[in-house]
Amino acid sequence: MKKIAGILIVMAVVSCGRKPDNPEPVAPPAKTPTPLQWTKPSYFPDPVYDLSKNPLTVEGVELGKFLFYDGILSRTDNIGCGTCHQQQAAFTHHGHDLSHGVDDLIGTRNAPSVQNMAWSTSFFWDGGVHDMDLVPPVPIQNKVEMDERVSNVIEKLRKTPVAGAAKQVDYPKMFKAAFGSDSITADRMMLALSQFMMTMVSATSRYDYYVRGDASALTSLEQNGLTIFKQKCASCHAGELFTDQKFRNNGLRPNRINDQGRYDITLNENDRLKFKVPSLRNIGLTAPYMHDGRFTNLEQVLDHYANDRPGNKDSIHVSPTLDPLLNVAGQKRGISLTSAEKQSIVAFLKTLNDDDFIKDKRFSDPGVGTSF
Amino acid sequence: MKRTFSILLAIASALWMASCQFPDEKDDTDPIETGTIQLQFDNIAGNQDLQLDSVRYQNSAGEDFTVSILNYYISNIKLIRMDGSVFTVPQDSSYFLIRESNRESQKLTIRNVLTGEYTGVEFTIGVDSLRSVMDPSQPGRKGILDKDSGPTNEEAMYWDWNPGYIFLKMEGSSDSSTTANGKYFYHIGGFGGLTAPTLNNIKTVKLNFPGQKAIVTTSIVSNVLIQANILKIFDGPTQLSIKENPGVMFTPFSKNVADNYAGMFSVKEIKIN
Repeated sequence: MKKIAGILIVMAVVSCGRKPDNPEPVAPPAKTPTPLQWTKPSYFPDPVYDLSKNPLTVEGVELGKFLFYDGILSRTDNIGCGTCHQQQAAFTHHGHDLSHGVDDLIGTRNAPSVQNMAWSTSFFWDGGVHDMDLVPPVPIQNKVEMDERVSNVIEKLRKTPVAGAAKQVDYPKMFKAAFGSDSITADRMMLALSQFMMTMVSATSRYDYYVRGDASALTSLEQNGLTIFKQKCASCHAGELFTDQKFRNNGLRPNRINDQGRYDITLNENDRLKFKVPSLRNIGLTAPYMHDGRFTNLEQVLDHYANDRPGNKDSIHVSPTLDPLLNVAGQKRGISLTSAEKQSIVAFLKTLNDDDFIKDKRFSDPGVGTSF
Repeated sequence: MKRTFSILLAIASALWMASCQFPDEKDDTDPIETGTIQLQFDNIAGNQDLQLDSVRYQNSAGEDFTVSILNYYISNIKLIRMDGSVFTVPQDSSYFLIRESNRESQKLTIRNVLTGEYTGVEFTIGVDSLRSVMDPSQPGRKGILDKDSGPTNEEAMYWDWNPGYIFLKMEGSSDSSTTANGKYFYHIGGFGGLTAPTLNNIKTVKLNFPGQKAIVTTSIVSNVLIQANILKIFDGPTQLSIKENPGVMFTPFSKNVADNYAGMFSVKEIKIN
């Protein structure tokens, strides 16, 4: 104690001796968040998200991770983002065609993967949201997902740590570490979640090693699958993100929910039954497939596109907005694929599984877990 | 034609010259004086004061209904002066959320209004497109427009899934409703779209003060009582039937509801305080 007092006195004397026009602070500077360098894989396009308005910090990403997994975001305190976006399923809801939220209420769409969000030009199956910062309020305030008001979440976060909680989380402290003051606001909460989601980059699949020059990373069957994929699938599942980010009607017959997809956002007749082309990264881990999770495996998906689903004369549902690529005049509707080609494509698609991504501790539940 | 034009031109330039002279001469001697005006919104159902939940009303289709929620945004207020000129309320002071459940919210106090005599008012029901697309972290999207905190979030007057404000929200019960729980709900919004043109339900209302002027001086505050007759929501260009449309949200049909509610406002009286 004496020592500290001595140091303080010395510091005070030193600072007093300085020229008044160049004052040095007496108190040690407040701890500032540690900047975190974010780099994109070299062969990926530039990110869409504007990092200049939300520079990543170690503390911001950490806070985002806690928020992502914490059930406190829901009305019932037990449904978090991580409930429907589970890491081992590349952040989709494993085993659920339609996700269930609070009180086991069932949603209307299959939970999309949370990965490579930095490159997304729009979010959700209908693309209703255009900014990553605006994504979290959608599931939080959805009646069948988390059914909570953002303002109430903020109130709850302010009151942490909560006595008796399984894991004591002190959000005022974490917000202070991430943003320099313990003020908890919705803007900051969304920024922290965006920071965490920015880091969730999947680019270490076997396919990625192949792209980076390791020809042996893919078997000859898989390489053959890649060739066919590029010919027959890559017009929509384009580029290294495996999506052209567009909205397309891929000929799925509407089910009882009669989801109109993009139309619900734009009310444009040309958008009826159109859904966002999903990325195929980690596709082997994210069954079931399609916006309503109707297909349980990739073979069924390819059977649909090839228009040879067993028992169906014509599985491609014809409607005014059916994608022209699936409805070429003079040909059978769909994409012509032999069974050998289908096998090769499925083999190739599984090379997009990214084991590092689904095991990376940086993305894992820090112990506030709500994935069940 | 040419002559008419030159006469007009002459008058215009005369006016222009005159107008040019006035401010310079007057600025020093006559500083701009401002005062306060109040716009008081009173929600009614026909000739009755609106009561939430407890009273059953009947619409023009003969359907009975109660009202459990009635909220609407009033924004971009302009005050019309005797000479026809317009005083535009500063943008940032011009957004209000009227809630039937919150008495305070129904009295709009507008300060820094140029003194003078006013004969009418103009406002938007809802939130204009510029404000709707402003970055939500900007100060202009806070207060009554804060989508995540405060009344907007509490009253669920914002669509997150297709970002935009709900301009008017009315909910309640009706024996005619065909929903499972017998409720009806009208959530009307749509500012015209962020990335592509879409539904635009922004409505502007212009009301003349009936036989009276609203006087604004540095000491006199006029209170303009505006009535909003919710029966008109069902009865305007389109007869809205609860049985046929128990729920209207972001659909093309919402245009009909917006066209109806655009006609529900009228000025009842002006009180001088």
